[in-house]
Amino acid sequence: MNLGKQIFLHLLVIALLAGLEYLLPVYHQGVFARVMVLAVFAMGYNILFGYTGLLSLGHAMFFSAGLYGAGMTVYHLDWGLPLAFLTGIFCAAALSLLIGLLALRTTGVAFMIVTMMFAQVFFLATLYFGEWTRGDEGIVLPQATRLIEFSGLHFDFSNPVTRYYAALVLFAVVLFITLGIVRSRFGRVLVAIRENEERTRMLGYNVFANKLWALVISAGISGAAGAAYALLFGYVGSTFASVQYSILPLLWVLLGGASTTLGPLIGTVLMYYLVDFSSDVLARAVPDWNFSYLGVVGVALILLVLFFPKGILGTIRARWARWLP
Amino acid sequence: MTKKSALILPSRSISRRDALKGIAAAGALSVAPGFVRYAQAQSSAPIKIGFQAHKTGIGAAYGRWYERTTAAAVKAINAAGGINGRPVEIITEDDGTDPKRGAEVVAKLTNQHQCDIVYGTLFSHVVVASAPVAGELKVPYFVVSEGYHVASGKMNRYCFQPGITDVRSQVTAMAPWVSGNLGKKVTMIYPDYAFGHDHRDYFAPAIKAAGGEVIAQIPIPPTESSFTKYFPQIPAETEVLYHVMVGPAVLTFVKELGEFYGSNKPQLFGFIDSLEAVDINSPGLEFLDGSHFWEGSPRYAQANDSEAMKAYRAAVGIDENGAADGDPKDVSTAAHMFGCWETLYVIKQAMEAAGYQGPADRAKLVEATEAIQGFDEGPEHPQGDKVFDGKLHQVYGHQNISKLEGGKLNVVHRTEIKDGMYEAEGDYTQQAL
Repeated sequence: MNLGKQIFLHLLVIALLAGLEYLLPVYHQGVFARVMVLAVFAMGYNILFGYTGLLSLGHAMFFSAGLYGAGMTVYHLDWGLPLAFLTGIFCAAALSLLIGLLALRTTGVAFMIVTMMFAQVFFLATLYFGEWTRGDEGIVLPQATRLIEFSGLHFDFSNPVTRYYAALVLFAVVLFITLGIVRSRFGRVLVAIRENEERTRMLGYNVFANKLWALVISAGISGAAGAAYALLFGYVGSTFASVQYSILPLLWVLLGGASTTLGPLIGTVLMYYLVDFSSDVLARAVPDWNFSYLGVVGVALILLVLFFPKGILGTIRARWARWLP
Repeated sequence: MTKKSALILPSRSISRRDALKGIAAAGALSVAPGFVRYAQAQSSAPIKIGFQAHKTGIGAAYGRWYERTTAAAVKAINAAGGINGRPVEIITEDDGTDPKRGAEVVAKLTNQHQCDIVYGTLFSHVVVASAPVAGELKVPYFVVSEGYHVASGKMNRYCFQPGITDVRSQVTAMAPWVSGNLGKKVTMIYPDYAFGHDHRDYFAPAIKAAGGEVIAQIPIPPTESSFTKYFPQIPAETEVLYHVMVGPAVLTFVKELGEFYGSNKPQLFGFIDSLEAVDINSPGLEFLDGSHFWEGSPRYAQANDSEAMKAYRAAVGIDENGAADGDPKDVSTAAHMFGCWETLYVIKQAMEAAGYQGPADRAKLVEATEAIQGFDEGPEHPQGDKVFDGKLHQVYGHQNISKLEGGKLNVVHRTEIKDGMYEAEGDYTQQAL
């Protein structure tokens, strides 16, 4: 019975997002296109953090592996967008497999540190190979390369409407992949690992293999978000590999609700508008004060932890709708 | 779930009604600016210039002074009748010195605030990330950055840098003087990212052409906070140490360099970028006494300053030491911020040439800017005369080499415009509008 409700809810959210393309002013259409891609990043992170209970501080590495995997092949090798997109996903997944084999030998704080250090190595590598990446400055993917043409169809991803629906398709696919994982036997094993790793092991499950799969899937989804970001918004730069972009998906997930399928979307949307409004509101309220919007975000997050400790959707699930996946 | 529990504190509920009220208020705020329209006829409505500013983040010191310079220039422009008889209004958005936010800000200024153009920012990664948005929205984007990005030909037709020279031009212009006056054998120390790489890639051939040579290149990873281990890599025969360190670690860099060399040091040549907004007489910087710096515009008032330069400094509010009037600790970013003043006057000149009325005339504004060939020195261009390459969307100008002596930077050489000119790598006018 819950399955029907869950599928209906998820379809409703997708339909709502599709409808917003018609309803929103042009600025907010652009915001939502960007937010949906970033929400995919958060959904990838949620697989590992929310459902498996592994707190990674290195997911910027997987996002940017997708970003560079797609961006570099388009920029330097003139590959078509579909192949470049798949390359981005492959780069992130392959990298996570390699790193997972090492990092998953650790747990807890050690896992956080190891993933952060690998991510830092990746970040420095994007600077070191500046001849190809242009390092921190980054590169622009020319508008002419961000096109798909086949059978008379023409998709220009610099067009805001095309970009919006491309982001929505990616978001919808990943949302249902996440829902499928959560409801699957594999998903329940991940939750079991999160709740009690030793007991899961004693029950005969291969904890290491399941965690490794979770990491690869999580990184693959994050890489898909990175690849989409490069191709849809036309910029590839090493800032996206910096530690800040490992913290952000954690905050988005915490805000929306860890281990909820829709929480990452809610968290990403709210965080975006928190940043956007705080600049405007503060500039109007106290024009002489040089506020940092990040300071406002910090205060908001403290309030969130105090009043919505499970995140917004997590709190709703705990109090009113236990069927939420 | 111990890890998650550690992040979760006991909760106290907020009612759903409260939450809905908040969301509704937020929604109303989000769409409101998009529906705001001027009641006046367009001819009397202000020209809205979106200012993408580093109000926070690593570029905040630059951002603060870019804001002050912008405010001063707009005050002067409005006092003289505005642009095409319309007042200029600046709408500022903080980009956090972050490329992702920078791109978002360009979209916000254009689509939500309905600005006519976007202008402002300094850090190259913000410019490069924002450029695609400007191109897609077809909104003219005037930057004051000095990076070799617009001039690389790899941005798009809507990006311009008409108020400040780029780093390639700067190092090309200064290399002959370095070789001829400080020494032939140069060791370069630079940050191992794009800004440092531009120095590496363009200074080395320029000094070679001037009869010198780079005998060692020492890149410093941006995560370094101590530099002592790199100094033994400096060859003993080094005559000139060329340093371009940017960021908060520069004070440590200078202090450790002083400890390494003592009184027996080679000639030092650096970019003032390292010390913009920093008091040159700060404790720990004594080692720099006698060294030379590049300055786009001099921080300290010079004896031969033109009347235009004096008026500009007074308008912006900097004293003879380059600090804010009445606050000697608030040191300006004088070497760069003049670019804001001059860029705003370029915008005025181009808008008036295009007969700019509103966003429908943006393409005409682009073409009018491309048609500009140069600027005379004067109140609108106090740093000096300039040549503008309309195909490359980049300006060329004079560079200043200053010597630190007696606690002040005194200009000892001013390059010619032609010294910094190079063969263009692109032609934006070939791109469709």
